[in-house]
Amino acid sequence: MTEDWSRQDRRPSPEALLETARLEDSPHGKLRIFVGAAPGVGKTYAMLQAAQARKADGADIIIGVVETHGRKETEALVGGLEVFPRQRIEYKGQWLEEMDLDGLIKRHPKIAIVDELAHTNAPGSRHPKRYQDVLELLENGISVYTAVNIQHIESLNDVVAQITHVRVRETVPDAVFDRADAVELIDLTPDDLIQRLKEGKVYVPDQAQRALEQFFSPANLTALRELALRRTAERVDDQLLTQMQARAIPGPWAAGERVLVCISEDPRAAGLVRYAKRLADRLHVPWTGLYVESRRSVQLTEEQRDRLADTLRLVETLGGEPVTIPDSDRRIADNVIGFAEANNIAHIIIGKSTRTFWFEWMHGSVVHELVRKAGNISVHVIAGTQEDAGPARPVNAGAAPRQVQVRPYLGALLAVAVALGAGLLIEPWLGYESANLVFLTAVVGIAARFGLGPSLLASVAASLCYNFFFLPPVYTFTITDPTNVAAFFFFIVMAVIVSNVAARGRTLAVAATARARTTDQLYAFSRKLAGIGTLDDVLWAMAYQIASMLKVRVVLLLPTEAGELAVKGAYPPEDFLDDADLAAARWAFQSNRSAGRGADTLPGAKRLFLPMRTDRGVLGVIGIDNDRSGPIFTPDQRRLLDALIDQGTVAIERVRLVEDMQGVRRTMEAEKLRSALLTSISHDLKTPLASVLGAAGALRGLDASLSHEEKDDLIGTIIDESERLNRFIANLLDMTRLESGAVLPNKALQDLNEIVGSALRRAEKILAGHKVDLDLAKDLPMLDLDAVLTEQALFNLLDNAAKYAPEGSTITLRSERHGGSEILQVIDEGDGIPPDDIERIFDKFYRTRKADQVRAGTGLGLAISRGFIEAMGGTITASNRIDRSGAVFTITLPVPEQSLPMDTAA
Amino acid sequence: MTGAPLKILVVDDEPPIRKLLRMGLGAQGYETIEAPNGKTGLELLGEAPDLVILDLGLPDMDGLDVLRAMRARSEAVPIVVLSSRGDEAGKVAALDLGADDYVTKPFGMDELLARLRAALRHQLQTQGERPIFRVGDLSVDLVRRIVRLHDQDVKLSPKEYDLLRLMVQHAGKVLTHRFLLGELWDQFTDAQYLRVYVRQLRQKIEDDPERPQYVLTETGIGYRLKSPDA
Repeated sequence: MTEDWSRQDRRPSPEALLETARLEDSPHGKLRIFVGAAPGVGKTYAMLQAAQARKADGADIIIGVVETHGRKETEALVGGLEVFPRQRIEYKGQWLEEMDLDGLIKRHPKIAIVDELAHTNAPGSRHPKRYQDVLELLENGISVYTAVNIQHIESLNDVVAQITHVRVRETVPDAVFDRADAVELIDLTPDDLIQRLKEGKVYVPDQAQRALEQFFSPANLTALRELALRRTAERVDDQLLTQMQARAIPGPWAAGERVLVCISEDPRAAGLVRYAKRLADRLHVPWTGLYVESRRSVQLTEEQRDRLADTLRLVETLGGEPVTIPDSDRRIADNVIGFAEANNIAHIIIGKSTRTFWFEWMHGSVVHELVRKAGNISVHVIAGTQEDAGPARPVNAGAAPRQVQVRPYLGALLAVAVALGAGLLIEPWLGYESANLVFLTAVVGIAARFGLGPSLLASVAASLCYNFFFLPPVYTFTITDPTNVAAFFFFIVMAVIVSNVAARGRTLAVAATARARTTDQLYAFSRKLAGIGTLDDVLWAMAYQIASMLKVRVVLLLPTEAGELAVKGAYPPEDFLDDADLAAARWAFQSNRSAGRGADTLPGAKRLFLPMRTDRGVLGVIGIDNDRSGPIFTPDQRRLLDALIDQGTVAIERVRLVEDMQGVRRTMEAEKLRSALLTSISHDLKTPLASVLGAAGALRGLDASLSHEEKDDLIGTIIDESERLNRFIANLLDMTRLESGAVLPNKALQDLNEIVGSALRRAEKILAGHKVDLDLAKDLPMLDLDAVLTEQALFNLLDNAAKYAPEGSTITLRSERHGGSEILQVIDEGDGIPPDDIERIFDKFYRTRKADQVRAGTGLGLAISRGFIEAMGGTITASNRIDRSGAVFTITLPVPEQSLPMDTAA
Repeated sequence: MTGAPLKILVVDDEPPIRKLLRMGLGAQGYETIEAPNGKTGLELLGEAPDLVILDLGLPDMDGLDVLRAMRARSEAVPIVVLSSRGDEAGKVAALDLGADDYVTKPFGMDELLARLRAALRHQLQTQGERPIFRVGDLSVDLVRRIVRLHDQDVKLSPKEYDLLRLMVQHAGKVLTHRFLLGELWDQFTDAQYLRVYVRQLRQKIEDDPERPQYVLTETGIGYRLKSPDA
């Protein structure tokens, strides 16, 4: 192992490099902490002095919150600096003033001054602790000067309490202290400090007067001062180590040997954890907090469970790694040693046992076993101070008050009776001593089957029977007979041993079954999720599963299109969140951290909100609530919850991806269609152009060799094809206008026949090869039409007819009155329309499959006709002739009420 | 009529169009002066052209503003505007502002020349009226108020005659609905009355009233009587 170590340390450790890089380039603000050993050393004063110096340099520095406590010199230093107004929060009828975090972030100074890092914010603030506010300021790029006393540092909390007998409740995690970019130790000798206290320059809250006098003893102050100096030095050490590791300078410190602390529900565990942190820091090694589940775990009270959870959280807060290993059949000490050996642990920390001698005698002492079996690992046995009252008596958790069951006891008696019978039977052959063994068997059987109570009853009954029926003198009770006493004694012993073993087996079996059931449920959930296709179903399934497996109320929030969080699923169904909950949910979503009840941020909310994470970011937020007070989850339940949330999140992600893929597919198909259309249109436009260019080129190039007729013909081609191109372009423009809704009919009362006439005139050239027959009703009333649109619609129909009707055939136009409408028909003698296409021909770009003599159009003409006619309130349909082959296009237009019939003359 | 060639001012921003007009009009014996934008066009109006061809889509000024300015300076000079398809409103506005006629781009030279002639004729006609107007099989004697089709007298009501007379006086030029209404009734009368009369007129003087040859519809704008040399 030693050679591994020296080889490893040659390379710069990645973590160290990252850390150095972070410190150098971070967009976060820089944190400077002014530390003092005791109140009154002058931290705030020093902080303000530094602020004034920076301000003189021109930095944008404002005061977030500063406590001067009425000291004149300190107040003088505030002068000239901009003080950001605090926000007022109402709490229980009183107005409290706290730092305005949001306002400060918006104002975004370069440096903010935040006094008293360990302060607890009033309920209703975003974070319960001021140091969390400071962290948020840093995250937003604002540098912070802050001040704190050494006794507020979490890992030193016990030590200070031991020294001063004053336990400080408001603590700051070591991580924050270590994260500081600069730490200034404000040092004052104890004598000077006491002098200041006498001069009244130290802040003293009135109630704590007496306590503070005790606090300010020279011994205390000296110890605190040493503590402050040492802790600051450790920090320097850390920074040095980081630098050295970044440069791959091998240090004298041991690497790769870790510290382990054993955690239980014992109230002293927190002190052990802090000790472990200090030890690990001194050795510069990582450390782990280990909890071994045993069958005792199911017997813990709620209070003990909570304490355990808190201790594990403390491990995490202080920078260690909390680990829980499930019970195996081995002893606890063996589990711990096993873990230690597997994880390169060099030091194990365990609390001195408080169990009674008897307990230890019966169950063994974990501490002793650990010490014995540890081998090369150092075991630190720490006697902690008692924080609270003694441990509560363990109660069978979750067990309903058991009514005494009668059946097992009856069964026990029955078994003894059977054994009696059997004993009597075998007595003649094997003697009365063997009856003993028969009874023993019965007792053991009862113990295994029914537990301690019935087996004890069986023991008593069996020994009485043995005495009465078998021990001479027979049929009498001779209690003093040593054989009887021995038998009785051994029966009891067997009963206890076997029932114990059986009970343990049962407990383990129960736990294993519960675990197996959980696993089954998780598996079933996972399979169910795999089969669900819609988002709503996934959310419902997720909410239901979590609610039923953990007995909580669940709300699921996902962002809407607009980006706002909204309730998308809940079990039991509800969708109302009050403001506090909404704020917590939003915060959890945005910062990807838990918020709400029991969390570090906005703990006043009703629910606990956990972000649902994927590697694409935060998907949404899940809100959990139950009816009990206190923390919602034990570590077990939390693990289960995490597993469920992860499964649900993955399923949501999957559904989303499927939707995205479908969207992409649709877009791709639309793209394909569009590109096909563009190809078609560009072909239709290029064809006449090709003719034009060809003809013009021929005229230019072959001028000499062309006859007059030929030249004339080419010129005709140029004109015809150009006109055709012109019509195409006009169609495209019309279609675009229709699509974009820019067609606004300019309606007036028009004579339909007049429009027919002008359309025919426009189409004269196109219709040159056909006969045109008019069958128009006279005296039709005038219609409310846009003349230009109607003429164009009709023109397109004529163009269409000319294309599809053979040359020389007749195109007929008919008009007549039909009740409240007028109809106008264009009838040709072509091949008609295939029945499938009757409606489809009005689609854009649709052209029926036809023989090649048909000159292609853009396929837009009919679509435009329909668009224009419909814009004026009419309809247009296609059908086939009944009398012969040919198509009929019918335009139907409504007759307005007040319309002059055409034959009135003014 | 003087022997000097007629001067036509061409105001259009596109060089190919100007070239086309220069060549086409030149071939017909017209002299052309060219302006690429409205400002220059207004300046060159000072050269007293006999006719102006004005593109409505000019880069520097709104074509209608140029038209208005030109009419302000010269009430009489014939102006033919060039406009694009679909801009019926623009054409009507131009005609109401005093343009004599319009041609839609893309246009054929024949059509343009016919309209130029019609516009010039009106100009010229003030210098001496022809007694009888003839087009195709239709003849109209404005002095004696006799209308004949295929050498047969045609009886027209007073309003019908007035309508025809107006159109003859502006033969070949487009007449907006508003103009016709204004002359025959008042311009706020509903256009449908005009349509009724046009229809009745067509019944009487057209061989095929459904496919008129003389009284032509300019859809969305007005009517035009076909000119003899169109």
